[in-house]
Amino acid sequence: VSQYLLRRLLIAIPSLLGISIVLFTVLALAPGDPFEELATNPAIPPEVRAALRAKFGLDDPVFIRYFRWLIAMVHGEWGYSFVSRVDVDTLILQRLPTTLIIIGSSQILALMVALPVGVFAATRPYSIFDQLANTFAFIGFSLPSFFTGLLLILLFSIQLDWLPFVYRADIEATGWRFVWEHVRQSIMPVAVLGLFQGAAWTRFVRSAVLDVIRLDYVTTARAKGLREKVVIIKHVVRNALIPVVTLVALQMPAVFGGAIVTEQIFRVPGIGSLLISAILANDTPVIMAVTFVFACLVVFFNLLADILYGWLDPRISYR
Amino acid sequence: MAGDDESWMTVQLTACRGPSSGRHGGRGAEPGAAGGGADHDSGTKAGPGRNPDYLSGNLLLQSDAINRLGTQSSRREQIMNEQNLHRLVGEVKTGRLSRRGFIRRMAALGLAAPLATQLLALGGVAQAQTQPAYKPTRRGGGGLLKILYWQGATLLNPHFAVGTKDQDGSRIFYEPLAGWAADGTLVPMLAAEIPSIENGGLVADGMSVTWKLKRGVKWHDGAPFTADDVVFNWEYAIDPGTASVSIGSYRDVEVTKLDDFTVKVAFKKPTPFWADAFVGSRGMIIPKHLFKDYTGDKSRDAPTNLKPVGTGPYRFTDFKPGDIVKGELFPDYHLENRPYFDAIEVKGGGDAVSAARAVLQTGEYDYAWNLQVEDDILKRLEAAGKGVVNVVETGNIEFIQVNTTDPNREVDGERASITTTHPSLSDPAVREALNLLVDRKSVQDFIYGRTGIATANFLNNPPRFRSPNTSFEFSVQKANDILEAAGWKRGRDGIRAKDGKQLKYVFQTSINAPRQKTQAIIKQACQRAGIELELKSVTASVFFSSDVGNPDTYTKFYCDMQMYTTTMPQADPQLFMNQYVSWEVSTQANKWQGRNIVRWRNEEYDNTYRAAESELDPVKRAEMFIKLNDLVIQSRHIIPVVARPLVSASGKAVQTSLSGWDNTFWNLRDWYRDSQA
Repeated sequence: VSQYLLRRLLIAIPSLLGISIVLFTVLALAPGDPFEELATNPAIPPEVRAALRAKFGLDDPVFIRYFRWLIAMVHGEWGYSFVSRVDVDTLILQRLPTTLIIIGSSQILALMVALPVGVFAATRPYSIFDQLANTFAFIGFSLPSFFTGLLLILLFSIQLDWLPFVYRADIEATGWRFVWEHVRQSIMPVAVLGLFQGAAWTRFVRSAVLDVIRLDYVTTARAKGLREKVVIIKHVVRNALIPVVTLVALQMPAVFGGAIVTEQIFRVPGIGSLLISAILANDTPVIMAVTFVFACLVVFFNLLADILYGWLDPRISYR
Repeated sequence: MAGDDESWMTVQLTACRGPSSGRHGGRGAEPGAAGGGADHDSGTKAGPGRNPDYLSGNLLLQSDAINRLGTQSSRREQIMNEQNLHRLVGEVKTGRLSRRGFIRRMAALGLAAPLATQLLALGGVAQAQTQPAYKPTRRGGGGLLKILYWQGATLLNPHFAVGTKDQDGSRIFYEPLAGWAADGTLVPMLAAEIPSIENGGLVADGMSVTWKLKRGVKWHDGAPFTADDVVFNWEYAIDPGTASVSIGSYRDVEVTKLDDFTVKVAFKKPTPFWADAFVGSRGMIIPKHLFKDYTGDKSRDAPTNLKPVGTGPYRFTDFKPGDIVKGELFPDYHLENRPYFDAIEVKGGGDAVSAARAVLQTGEYDYAWNLQVEDDILKRLEAAGKGVVNVVETGNIEFIQVNTTDPNREVDGERASITTTHPSLSDPAVREALNLLVDRKSVQDFIYGRTGIATANFLNNPPRFRSPNTSFEFSVQKANDILEAAGWKRGRDGIRAKDGKQLKYVFQTSINAPRQKTQAIIKQACQRAGIELELKSVTASVFFSSDVGNPDTYTKFYCDMQMYTTTMPQADPQLFMNQYVSWEVSTQANKWQGRNIVRWRNEEYDNTYRAAESELDPVKRAEMFIKLNDLVIQSRHIIPVVARPLVSASGKAVQTSLSGWDNTFWNLRDWYRDSQA
């Protein structure tokens, strides 16, 4: 296994390099300039903009800038935000806790909905429960999150006035009140993200379980007189989970990336909103760092999924 | 802003022009129909930005100046004096009375000559008025002030702050020597008083200004504020290594310390607009003792960049770029009973509509900044009764440029070169017709509402610079007549043409719903007059970029007409009006960085502008700016559409103090919650 891991990691390096080259070139070619505002403000002499561009090395050719970035990255320097004038890692670390809490709990919610509902629906296909689950799943993943988000705000914040719709990362309260306030403001964003994700996964889990449940070994297990619960959990779900694991694992980078639209609607100060404001401000080092982190995470979780396969199905071997 | 009215004791001296007559498109009320110069509203009710119509052409005078005029006289006599003054100042302006004659008569009334000249001179950088009443009688106790910005502050060093969001973030903690009030007058902050000729702060030759600093001011860390701090800010800003964005305000002045609480700012040439350095958004003062080791190239490493230590009413507690800025009451603030709130929180992110919602509809927040939201939506949200929309006048204007050059011909690789002239737009008749075809009133009524006021002027504010000589009208009939008379005949396709040249134009703007609607209104009207407009809209990030390689930027102006908003960053129009001087023409040679984008050139304009740059008599200078406005308006290469005020929302009980000439938090110390309101 360790040899396999090493090989996979080595393969990952060129792909990450390729990704970084593509990202860097696209950003360099995109229109816009981080010091745009300086150019359009009559009170600021053009020399200031020229000096800043020179200071941050923006006038150098793209490939020189790329190698400078690459060398810094190898040294663990993520870059320096043009707009905020702080190190990019500070910016990202500031927003990581909020992102992990909100997106993480929404993914957990999604799994908690998708697994039981999907499995239960598959064991009784075309029952009333299955029909209902299917209908809700369809509704859930057909409605875009910005729409459900606004709908929830209209209902719970404006009509009923129960929940706040502006998320505040640091609430000045202690003890239970602190927890309560956080739960209250997290309900809507977590529900929007979690239920959307959960709806899609429910469909996926259901079909994966349906594929497995008709196989002969399941009939054999039942014939042995095993209890239905054991048959489903030990024999069916374990095998049915393999494709689900791939899907969930590939979704994991999103946990770190945040959900751009939802974060914007609820003003959740996560990495997604950092990315969108950096894009709007043409803050290249921040865009580069955040997208590159995503790329790394995708590669990493792909690897993780492959390793999990082996655990779920010993027949899969690493070569 | 309810409740301000009683306290604003402004007295207006009528200038020669008298009340404006309906050309400025009043906000709400119909403009007054009163005529003659001496006939006026004595204006004891002029709130900030409340009734802009009859402020036009008037001079504002501080109420205590009036009190000084009428020393030991009864109120009735004061009114007599005011009325005399109104008439006399008006006579000076129309030329019926000489300036010397005015001063002689004033002397006869018992007024010293310097004060009399100052009365005439007030049109320039006028004295501050008394501020709206501040009711709280003790410091603190107001709880948390919650503010929403749909774009959060990204840095907190005022010398690096370009956008208003960053300047506002810094302004919570830092203060300048003086700030700009809503009417374009100065209010002392860290200065003990506003320099004037009378108090010796200004000199007759306009070569320097002397600021007296307020004593007993403390930085948030307890260190005293002195003249050294002020001088240091100048040194900090002019160091090219710092690359500060405030350098433009400081590099042409020389700052010296006269004593611990007096600073002299010397100019290289006579400077009528002396209130730039140390004033307003670029005048915020940072502490020397915390920044002195971080100047020039080291400036970016200063820890205080992210943890500001200022002199303002709130001191720093927390900052997350783009997300939140927090402060708490500063117990040693230099003004008594201030601030009212115990803490302040400015939350960033999201969008303007939901920010308006959080203030107007749910009351979750106390104030929401810069609501670029359609007025219809604002009105609907306002109906919930939890908050009000504040509309504050600015000099910003949405206008149309009519190209002077030919965008379709290339000269030495440059389109719209100034060596060319536009084949059909160079005909004044065509431009005159276009001017008649822009239905400004409908644009205001159906698109912008309170957030865009139809105007005939390019220079709209402060009111003392607003031209009374212009007017606008919408008439397809007249446009048709003018074009017909000029020989532009309708072809078979209904489009007018002359000598094989058709009146077909490309009209571009940025992508933005109100702009596309405005474009459509104009296109329809033009169609009825036989002019075909091809509408083009460019993504804002491209349109407003300075990307030299992109042909669709507004500074290149590679089409026949374009529309956007230009902003007026200061209460003085000098920088604003350089948009039409010939040496600012935007060309390939200056990488399209010139400010004169329409590329209109006029000798009279250039000369008047140069004269205004050094004219020390504020009244004459104001006349010059009005003339500049009239020249460019008459050229019809510029068609103003609507003036854009600053729109924000605040909770019912929250009493704000806003200005279109300075940052949102310029007077944060005066914000409070009025439980009775």
